[in-house]
Amino acid sequence: MTLSETHDPILKEITGPTPGQMLRKRVFGHQGLMIGVVVIAILTLVAIFAPLLAPHDPYAQSLMTRMEPPVFLGGEWEHPLGTDHLGRDYLSRLIYGARVSLMIGVIAALISGVIGTAMGVAAGYFGGRVDMVVTFLINVRLAMPVVLVALAVVAILGGSLQVVIIVLGLLLWDRFAVVMRASTLQVRNREYVSAARAIGASTPRVILSEIMPNIANNLIVVVTLEMAHAILLEAALSFLGLGVQPPTPSWGLMVSEGKNMMLFEPWMVVIPGVVLFVLVLAINLMGDGLRDVTAPENRS
Amino acid sequence: MLLFTMKRLGLAVLVAFTVSFISFSLLFLAGDPAVAMAGETASGEDIEAVRRLYGFDRPMLVQYADWLLSAVQFDFGQSYYFQMPVSELVLSRLGVTMTLGVCGITFAILTAVPLGVAAAIRPNSLIDRVALFLSVAGQAMPSFWFGLILIVIFGIQLGWLPPSGASSPAHFVMPTIVLGYYAMPAIMRLTRAGMLDVLSSDYIRTARAKGAPEGRVLFRHALRNAIIPVVSLAAVQMGFMLGGSIVVESIFALHGAGYLAWESIARNDLPTVQALILVFSMFYIVFTFLADVLNAWLDPRMRSS
Repeated sequence: MTLSETHDPILKEITGPTPGQMLRKRVFGHQGLMIGVVVIAILTLVAIFAPLLAPHDPYAQSLMTRMEPPVFLGGEWEHPLGTDHLGRDYLSRLIYGARVSLMIGVIAALISGVIGTAMGVAAGYFGGRVDMVVTFLINVRLAMPVVLVALAVVAILGGSLQVVIIVLGLLLWDRFAVVMRASTLQVRNREYVSAARAIGASTPRVILSEIMPNIANNLIVVVTLEMAHAILLEAALSFLGLGVQPPTPSWGLMVSEGKNMMLFEPWMVVIPGVVLFVLVLAINLMGDGLRDVTAPENRS
Repeated sequence: MLLFTMKRLGLAVLVAFTVSFISFSLLFLAGDPAVAMAGETASGEDIEAVRRLYGFDRPMLVQYADWLLSAVQFDFGQSYYFQMPVSELVLSRLGVTMTLGVCGITFAILTAVPLGVAAAIRPNSLIDRVALFLSVAGQAMPSFWFGLILIVIFGIQLGWLPPSGASSPAHFVMPTIVLGYYAMPAIMRLTRAGMLDVLSSDYIRTARAKGAPEGRVLFRHALRNAIIPVVSLAAVQMGFMLGGSIVVESIFALHGAGYLAWESIARNDLPTVQALILVFSMFYIVFTFLADVLNAWLDPRMRSS
């Protein structure tokens, strides 16, 4: 048999598309997923290249140019989205704000992902006492009101980007633990896991190379959900004045600062809110899309 | 059934104890609570006096036992800021939050269940797409921002509703919508999924085959079964909403327990914060316990797990 035979049209018809081709077709054919990925890619690039893209220094104040309206409300192109109550360029603050939101989302989801996945997989794999303890901890965590506890801890430790990230990371592991526990329970008695055990693979090896790859699709979906959750929570904490502190350009903080001028300059509240909404929407669309694309029942 | 209830009750009590210990420990997170209370400029003697006065010189577990013993009698000590018993303070604010919570969950159920049912009856129709859009948008909408936008539009531009305060039922309309919209997507998705599942089952086909009218099939046969998991989700959402009320109450200046939480956190009034964390957690624990028992009663299969 030579490679050229695979180009035979009849053979191609018999073998059909490869799993890789089918996956690609599902991914590119999923509108929500594509929209989400594109928006997130753009915002990530904006965050990375913020110093090159921002027309002004996001911290530079100017008393001469306070509260200038955006261009679509009759402002100058010098400040395309206007300036805030301290004369800082709104577009530049918005661009640097993408860094804060994305950093919070990614790092907090990473921390909570490690904690929650470790707990969930251990509970699902070992069962028994371990499962009882983890289930109990999940129950305790769910009973604590997140916003209230996060606000209180951040207020006690002092609001800074690092504190907010760590507090959210330590609080948002519950969904990881719930989903990873259920997923592990589903695969732990499959033949390939028993086979790996039978040939003498160690427990860490079974978990890392047999269990994990087969529950990774569920993990990715939870990662996106929790990223969105962390970003919204940071914005809410900063809005309440107990999250990231000024003058850091955080979108939640910008809404909060714009609130005082809301009656006369509603755009100051609308713009950062819309950007926040678009980012979270994109992450959720990507998460829903990934779930659809990787679900086994959609593979036909 | 009794065994299930007792087991579930045991778990609830254990969770409640753990939560109480965590919220008590918050006091020690900041370092020495006596220093924090006496202030930055206090002398060593003042700090020592505060420490003895509030009993901070005893071992932490003794202090916890003492605090817990008072807490179960609904005595959380004195508020640092308001100079009144914390329990009185919390009770006086709880009414507004409960009203808001009940209105919010009612709004969420009244919009989510009909939308979910309508979406499930005609999958991929216009109404299904509208419902999906509303739920996706609801999950991504920052509630504080949604609240502010409502205030700008309906409170100020149109002047239909009072923008802040809690003195009349009209004051609760916008907060109810914001809080309810936060809980709506999850309930709608579950209703839709449950209805889709039930509508394709054999007994629905049988009901249709014997000529039952469509309305009777949908509401008598299908919805009754699809609604069971929604009940427990609504209870969980109700618990989450009490937490979410912090943001909503602070936007609309509703002086409820959520607003009190925000005030006392900003003012470092730890006894009040501890009490509120405990009270909010208790609501969640009681709601989920009742929901689980109700579920087990409605669906005997749940009792074994």
